[in-house]
Amino acid sequence: MSSSTLKKSLKLFTVFFRIGAFTFGGGYAMIPYIEREIVENNKWIKSEDIIDIFAIVQSVPGVIAVNSSTFVGYRVAGIFGALAATLGVVLPSYILIAVIAMFLYNFKEYPFVNEAFYGIQAGVAALMCHVVFKLGKTGIRNGYALVLAMAAFLALTVFGAPAIPVLLAAGVIGLVSMAIRNKNKKEGEENR
Amino acid sequence: MRILIELFLIFAKIGLFTVGGGYAMIPLITQEITKRNWLTLEGVIDIIAISEMTPGPFAINSATFIGVRQMGLIGGAAATIGVVVPSFIIVVLVAKYFTRVKDHPVVKAILSGLRPAVIGLISSSTYTIARNAFISRTAGNLTMSINWRSIVIFVLALAGIMKLKIHPALMILICAALGIILYVWI
Repeated sequence: MSSSTLKKSLKLFTVFFRIGAFTFGGGYAMIPYIEREIVENNKWIKSEDIIDIFAIVQSVPGVIAVNSSTFVGYRVAGIFGALAATLGVVLPSYILIAVIAMFLYNFKEYPFVNEAFYGIQAGVAALMCHVVFKLGKTGIRNGYALVLAMAAFLALTVFGAPAIPVLLAAGVIGLVSMAIRNKNKKEGEENR
Repeated sequence: MRILIELFLIFAKIGLFTVGGGYAMIPLITQEITKRNWLTLEGVIDIIAISEMTPGPFAINSATFIGVRQMGLIGGAAATIGVVVPSFIIVVLVAKYFTRVKDHPVVKAILSGLRPAVIGLISSSTYTIARNAFISRTAGNLTMSINWRSIVIFVLALAGIMKLKIHPALMILICAALGIILYVWI
């Protein structure tokens, strides 16, 4: 392992440890942290690549938060980066849940736990709202993308569709629309 | 030792067959662990509640919780490593391959459809989280009440992130404190 890989892997571990310690509310809720730490502060990955990574890791087995950490870690520093990021993101939950499993039998009945959680829930909603604005700015640049995004949103929220078929359909739509564009381009050239 | 290996293998199976993340895996986990009397159904519901109120994904939390209750910290480690290992291998392979094919026209075309859809999926989960935060339902969904305190915290947090560029982790701590202040004292 080169010294720059070692350095990057150590940095990945601490960054993803922080992300693991503060990601409440599922895989997508870590995007605000990835944006801040990976994209803005360390410039390891570009903002539009984050969307691609989340598209890919959804379609393979496993937990979204862990999979995206593995993926980002691999992209930044190879296999050691993947190991460091994965270990980092899992360790905070491991420590916290081990403590709860060993010592706290009525976790929810402790004072202030519920109230703090209400605040955290509202905070997570705000973080994610902000990230939707940001991703929308880079990822949705035309009407076609806007319609696709709205259709996916409605399929999940209103019709309760699972994510994977929605992604499959979107991939097929992407392929078909490219084929149509290529065909129109070809015909345009022939008519000239 | 036998239980350690069993913990590892069961959770490796859960990790391998969980696709799409989130709560899609709850039935699988419930089935596997109640079948072995590792946990009752109430225990599963407790872990769901704990997972919602602590950072970290449900799959990891339940692996750690059950492993620790069965065999202490080593059991927790065996189960947690088990749930992570299959997807780790798959994701590393995909990441390795993806960097080579991502500029291929067909991959680009598929991604042009996937990107907006993922933003739609993220919006949907944002909407669900916001709705859960703002509206409480009681008595079998018959009565709804608006949590104005949560809406106040949401607005303050959004302003803090967008205008003051507060770090997300710090923001979560501030929101936890605001939750205690608003819900306990006001």
